[in-house]
Amino acid sequence: MGGKSEPAKSESMATTTTSPDLINSSFFSFKSLKLKTKQQELLLRISILGLVYILAFIARLFSVLRYESMIHEFDPYFNYRTTLFLTEKGFYEFWNWFDSESWYPLGRIIGGTLYPGLMVTAALIYWALRFLRFFVHIREVCVLTAPFFASNTTLVAYFFGKEIWDTGAGLVAAVLIAICPGYISRSVAGSYDNEAVAIFALLLTFYLFVKAVNTGSLAWALASAFGYFYMVSAWGGYVFIINLVPLYVLVLLITGRYSMRLYIAYNCMYILGMLLAMQIRFVGFQHVQSGEHMGAMGVFLLMQVFYFLDWVKYQLNDTKLFQTFLRITVTSAIMVGGIALGLGTASGYISPWTGRFYSLLDPTYAKDHIPIIASVSEHQPTAWSSFMFDYHILLFLFPAGLYFCFKRLSDATIFIVMYGLTSLYFAGVMVRLILVATPAVCLISAIAVSATVKNLTSLLRTKQKVSQTGSTKGAGSSKASSKVTLDQSQPFQKNGAIALLVGVFYLLSRYAIHCTWVTSEAYSSPSIVLAARGAHGNRILFDDYREAYYWLRQNTPTDAKIMSWWDYGYQITAMGNRTVIVDNNTWNNTHIATVGRAMSSNEDEAYEIMRSLDVNYVLVVFGGVTGYSSDDINKFLWMVRIGGGVYPVIKEPEYLVNGEFRVDKGASPKMLNCLMYKLCYYRFGELTTEYGKPPGYDRARGVEIGNKDIKLEHLEEAYTTSNWIVRIYRVKPPTNRL
Amino acid sequence: MVKSTTKDAQDLFHSLRSTYVATPTNLKIIDLYVCFAVFTALIQVAYMALVGSFPFNSFLSGVLSCIGTAVLAVCLRIQVNKENKEFKDLAPERAFADFVLCNLVLHLVIINFLG
Repeated sequence: MGGKSEPAKSESMATTTTSPDLINSSFFSFKSLKLKTKQQELLLRISILGLVYILAFIARLFSVLRYESMIHEFDPYFNYRTTLFLTEKGFYEFWNWFDSESWYPLGRIIGGTLYPGLMVTAALIYWALRFLRFFVHIREVCVLTAPFFASNTTLVAYFFGKEIWDTGAGLVAAVLIAICPGYISRSVAGSYDNEAVAIFALLLTFYLFVKAVNTGSLAWALASAFGYFYMVSAWGGYVFIINLVPLYVLVLLITGRYSMRLYIAYNCMYILGMLLAMQIRFVGFQHVQSGEHMGAMGVFLLMQVFYFLDWVKYQLNDTKLFQTFLRITVTSAIMVGGIALGLGTASGYISPWTGRFYSLLDPTYAKDHIPIIASVSEHQPTAWSSFMFDYHILLFLFPAGLYFCFKRLSDATIFIVMYGLTSLYFAGVMVRLILVATPAVCLISAIAVSATVKNLTSLLRTKQKVSQTGSTKGAGSSKASSKVTLDQSQPFQKNGAIALLVGVFYLLSRYAIHCTWVTSEAYSSPSIVLAARGAHGNRILFDDYREAYYWLRQNTPTDAKIMSWWDYGYQITAMGNRTVIVDNNTWNNTHIATVGRAMSSNEDEAYEIMRSLDVNYVLVVFGGVTGYSSDDINKFLWMVRIGGGVYPVIKEPEYLVNGEFRVDKGASPKMLNCLMYKLCYYRFGELTTEYGKPPGYDRARGVEIGNKDIKLEHLEEAYTTSNWIVRIYRVKPPTNRL
Repeated sequence: MVKSTTKDAQDLFHSLRSTYVATPTNLKIIDLYVCFAVFTALIQVAYMALVGSFPFNSFLSGVLSCIGTAVLAVCLRIQVNKENKEFKDLAPERAFADFVLCNLVLHLVIINFLG
């Protein structure tokens, strides 16, 4: 609601970070083009949004420019493989796909256990491009899906900001979210993961729902139901939406801000959204059977009762009769609801909260009970430094924005405050969830920035009209008009405002510099190609992973089965095209524990297990020669813990010495003889890795290894990559019995 | 005690009835539709209690289609009711068109889910 000329100034702050002298030249050109002010404003807004759209896309292209256009990390390789299958075989085959190339000998029902949104989106883009006769490879589409959807998210952020506050806040929100590192970390080019489209779907659903609550129109509620369907098809994090929206409705009911529009918006979205969500096979009937979704149903029933009572009260116009009616209805409703919930939970029909989401409420749960969830590095609690790293100035702009939201409470601002607070709580529990909090933090900070800049620039524009009380000024805030009357007594008001504005511009420019630096240094590494600085400062690339997978693809029989730790499963199936025993889906804990047991036992016991699983090749990752620290020896204790969780014969203290994990001469004998140790350090004792150190010096652990003379009886070395990072061993068939 | 509650209930009933008679006909038609839909849902739940819930997706789609259309009809009633100040500049044709569109989507999804 700012004046006609206010948005022009508030947007100049956004473009200052890119080109300061554009404004001067543009003002001249505007006058020469004879555009009216409204058209000038529209032109400025559209050009800013266009620039932000391009910026969001380009900022994510670092790794494509430095390395090549390839898929990063682990999970994206599964998504790439399924997308490839979808484009080759069609939707029916994809929806009913049973994969026998992973989790040998169990197989995996892929059609029923994935979230198809990402793959279908990429396939649609691919088919659309092919229809326009652009014959691109599906890999290019997959690599660039995430930046494309990040650009779309900035547009949605603009509209959402416009809905909550005004167009200025919308523009600032678009700029902030375009380069915010919290979002960039999971949406760089090459990071072809569910979150790439899920954050777009999340923000879109929230925007459509807030729009529905503001307008009370069934059409917007229907659109939000479709947005929710897209979110359910894209990511398991949809549980956040189905719990936040009912919580928001509950808060509105309790604070007395409810209205008919809320009823229409929530009911339409809940029923249609729930029905649409149940079409995804992976979600199935969870909306009526799982404890995580019961909140939404409870609020739905509560709303029916609440609004029915409201209608009866309106009909009766007599408080005494209404009290009687109220008493009867409320007691019966609570009794029925309580009995139903109690029966459902006690009989087990309504399943309790699953481990993944329960560990969000009780962070210590996973460490004690489910080691697989606790072992994933993304599930660790967040450190303060991560918050600063990912948010920078947004950290202190967030409380400022909360203050502004509370000053102008409306249905929309209550929603964004609740979204911000709940998502920040979860971001504190798990590092991965900083991503979910990023849109809320950007929006609320945008409100703070926009409101502050607006107030400051309205001070600058008051000129010398001291005689007027300032009520005709389009500033729209009483603070500005009161300051105008004070202008005579404080002549330095304007200078103070200019100084503060310069300060704001400085902060925002530092933010932009920080975000670009973080993207370039920390979030653009593909994880499958490693880089290091050589002795002369030149860049050395380690492409060992792909070297090993292509060796597997070209030198092993097509029905060979590969045993490795579950981290590498997706990559082996996607690039090596061979069957694996366990992969990143981690749906079967016992199978993974079996592999963990094999890795931690001595060679004879491990050979028994490998024969029972028909293993032909074993793959291990070893960082001792290059100093690569994410190798299997550093992950070994997790193998022991997970194996020990199912097979009590594996005891973790046997592998430690005085509670310490060692691989040198003082290591425990069980450690020195286990299969993982032997496979990693086979022939390593003869290798000199660093000048001045004895042979067999492990650069990742910084010690000389204990057992240098390793003999393998049941396995033989098949391939070791050029930097010894990936080592592949062949399992020998049993010797002839005598 | 019992006498006063029955008297209260009777008063309640009469009062509600007299107010309800005064509502316009189009709203009464919508109310009738809502009652019919909820009644159909209750019959389906009773049938499920009798013969068991397999296949569950068919049961769910049947019940949810009734509940869904009832809820949408209530939303239509809210938007068309002349006493609601919030919706006084919403044309009833627009409200009805939204109602038809949402019902269309609802029943398309139900047909897919019915199995």
